[in-house]
Amino acid sequence: MTNRRQFIKISIAGAGALTLGAGALKAMGWISKPENSGKIKVDLKRTPTYCEVCFWKCAGWVYKTSEGKIWKIIGNDEDQHCNGRFCPRGTGGVGMYYDEDRLKTPLIRVQERGKQVFREASWDEALDYIAAKMKNISSKSGPESMALFTHGSGSAYFTNLLKAYGSSNIAEPSYAQCRGPRDEAFLATFGEEVYSPEVTDIRDTKCLVLIGAHIGENMHNGQIQEMSDAIDKGVTIITVDPRFSTAAGKSKYWLPIKPSTDIALLLSWIHEIIYNGYYDKNYVEKYCSGFDKLKEHVKDFTPEWAYGITTIKPDLIRKTAKEMSNASPAVLIHPGRHVTWYGDDTQRVRAIAILNALLGSWGRRGGFYRPAKYDVPSAKIPKYTEAKKSWTDAFPGKFPIASSPVSNALIDASIPENKPGFLIKGWIVNATNLVSSIPGQLNTLKAIQNLDLLVSVDIMPMEITGWADVVLPECTYLERYDMLRISPHRKPAIALRMPAAEPMNNTRSGYNIARGLALRLGLESYFPFEKQEDLLDWQLKQVGSSLEEMQRIGVKTKARDADDLYYAENENVSFPTDSGKIELYSKAFEDAGFDPLPKYIAHEEPPAGFYRLIYGRAPMHTFGRTSNNPNLTDLMHENSVWINPKVSKEWGLAQGQYIWLKNQDGVISDFPIKVRVTERIRWDSVYMVHGFGHKQKQMKRCFGKGASDTQLITKVLVDPLMGGTGMRSNFVTFVTEKSEKEVAS
Amino acid sequence: MRYAMAVDTKKCVGCSDCVVACQTENNVPHGFCREWVVETMNGTYPQLEIEIRSERCNHCINSPCVRCCPTGASHFAEGGIVLVEHNKCIGCGACMASCPYDARYPHPDGYVDKCTFCIHRIKIGLAPACAAVCPTKCIYFGDLDDPNSDVSVVLKKRKSKTLIPEAGTKPQLYFLI
Repeated sequence: MTNRRQFIKISIAGAGALTLGAGALKAMGWISKPENSGKIKVDLKRTPTYCEVCFWKCAGWVYKTSEGKIWKIIGNDEDQHCNGRFCPRGTGGVGMYYDEDRLKTPLIRVQERGKQVFREASWDEALDYIAAKMKNISSKSGPESMALFTHGSGSAYFTNLLKAYGSSNIAEPSYAQCRGPRDEAFLATFGEEVYSPEVTDIRDTKCLVLIGAHIGENMHNGQIQEMSDAIDKGVTIITVDPRFSTAAGKSKYWLPIKPSTDIALLLSWIHEIIYNGYYDKNYVEKYCSGFDKLKEHVKDFTPEWAYGITTIKPDLIRKTAKEMSNASPAVLIHPGRHVTWYGDDTQRVRAIAILNALLGSWGRRGGFYRPAKYDVPSAKIPKYTEAKKSWTDAFPGKFPIASSPVSNALIDASIPENKPGFLIKGWIVNATNLVSSIPGQLNTLKAIQNLDLLVSVDIMPMEITGWADVVLPECTYLERYDMLRISPHRKPAIALRMPAAEPMNNTRSGYNIARGLALRLGLESYFPFEKQEDLLDWQLKQVGSSLEEMQRIGVKTKARDADDLYYAENENVSFPTDSGKIELYSKAFEDAGFDPLPKYIAHEEPPAGFYRLIYGRAPMHTFGRTSNNPNLTDLMHENSVWINPKVSKEWGLAQGQYIWLKNQDGVISDFPIKVRVTERIRWDSVYMVHGFGHKQKQMKRCFGKGASDTQLITKVLVDPLMGGTGMRSNFVTFVTEKSEKEVAS
Repeated sequence: MRYAMAVDTKKCVGCSDCVVACQTENNVPHGFCREWVVETMNGTYPQLEIEIRSERCNHCINSPCVRCCPTGASHFAEGGIVLVEHNKCIGCGACMASCPYDARYPHPDGYVDKCTFCIHRIKIGLAPACAAVCPTKCIYFGDLDDPNSDVSVVLKKRKSKTLIPEAGTKPQLYFLI
């Protein structure tokens, strides 16, 4: 076997072939696993769901074998998110259900926090315990002293619970650790965010510009499908990335930019587009404000100026600016999704928004389409009593542009030394592994040690569960109903998730958990339906459908009310900004004391012998959440560190060697990581996929596999506008000898 | 009838969805696979090229595996699909040794297993699981004897290659380049 595999490697390419995905599987040889070899009998019974392996929420069908076992999940042809095709994670979603390491029953901590000594508890006991603590916190410190950190579908129930309880301190790490700067930048410019799934009209674009966005490695299903369709139609792709990403491999132009200099490139593109008259003059005149100030601002930002900063040749900057202009308005400078890089991220994405505005792509075919959404009424519940203090009172004046609570600010408000305006005493953490998703792990752990209550709701024994007082095991999305999926898209659509199987072990759905707590807190009226399916049926009947119909069809799509996917020619549009125009110059930013137009500011560079740590995604995993999924670990079970051959030569590092990474603050990765020597990364940077190096032993397949980037991100550049945590600000060097490895604290 | 598959390397992103869809569709045991993804790279920074290919059994016309099988378990089915009859297979591994593409694996139940082009799906008019799931729609499948099949049309329109043609196996897995 080994010889054959090597033969293939040598025969294909001089410069190194790499087997991806199942490559590791092929070398494993004979292993006797008779329990896995059952024959399949097809039963056409299928139940609808929408996927919860990532936030794209593709709708599909769960098929079962005639023995009633969950067999496979296939995309729903009617669904705009997936068009009948799930991504590897969605296809491998069955592994989430079958993972034998899942949390099985509620747990209550019996020794000091973090020691991970728990006892099993009944649901009644666990929920009673939490409710008593929550009542105590409310009477002692006020309900605003409870915070919720949440992600995914369960957010709806725990948000409802916390608001009913009297707290508005509800943060999603997906804001300040991910897409927040993008949302704020587009809000400031167009008065609207780009939603999820993004309203990017990749399908019809003629020029797609990706700035650090690695579509194809991030598996945002609809975007990948549309990029592929666009490739068939001859799209010009321009990729800006210090790494030769998969998308760069599909691009006409790859701009191998020096990390942290993107704003300089964007400003020079804006300069080129304005001073060569490439911009959409009618569009800018009719819809935009602040053009003259912008023109003056970018006067000196020539391609030659940018060359000295970005290392991108002026000729290439000019050519790509012309390509964008040629495609205008069917040009899309992609807003990205995970954009918290250097702490000036809102300003960088503002430059992206401005560029799109100049080229007239907002609201135009091949740029950004206008989303439409199903109008479904919610259950009638009493009005929430207004929270007396919100997260902004913890640190008055901080992050004035933030339109959502900032997770890291809530963590800081849980540490007395920070002297917050009020102290947070309890956390509910739903479906987010806070110690891994928020940089500055030691800070998070310090906050945890100051809490009166930490509840973790999760499916897997993630690191955060080890720190909890009470661990509540949720069932997977394949075992529960959830709220209707009502995402905006080209056409309004709703999708149903229903259980394909009973909850395994002693697990419960998020709805049942939140409602169970509500009952104990005297907040039953906020959860008027005992069974979620009754709520869904009631909601669906309000819009002329029913639970029975949706169980049959899974997805219901209707026509738009009007033919308004794009703005009509010369349509009079009032944008939801202060001025009613697209604001190239942001008065709101200026009033809040920030630059009204984006500026390039130089960032710290790696010291000698250190390399900038860049991290990203692999198509077969979602953050660290899927690292233990048996189907997906078959595809990728560890991350590797990409190192340029010049650097590996200098350090004497061999392909496949395991090393430790050490950052600028002396933090050494807990676990070693495999070296991948490749020309695909700049010599001043290294790259690794996020989500590995798990420390939780209960996750047997992923424990100790690869290294954790989060552990190495100890220096965080916080965006002063909205609190985003810039995480591309860390530098690492290599530790090759185990004896050199200091004991991790 | 001659079944063939073409994979568009210009669209494939190497996500391995084909691998996991095959695994669940065909109940391939964990730790094994019937298909896999290969990435090759050429050049030096920043002049680089990559090619990504979703690979599997090539369902060769001149198949060494069929020829060398001592029990006749490896055989041609309709449309030239190379199959292994599990009951006849003694797991000797001769086919595995003869395959230039390393396309077969030893199933824990004692027989050799490989891609079937999802013949059970083709028979009821469905595409192979890998082609049906691929988010980039980079996998084309069909009958080469039918000039209007997806695979015939795309092979006519685009440049293509096969792997290790010098082995003389006449592979029916094409790569659009």
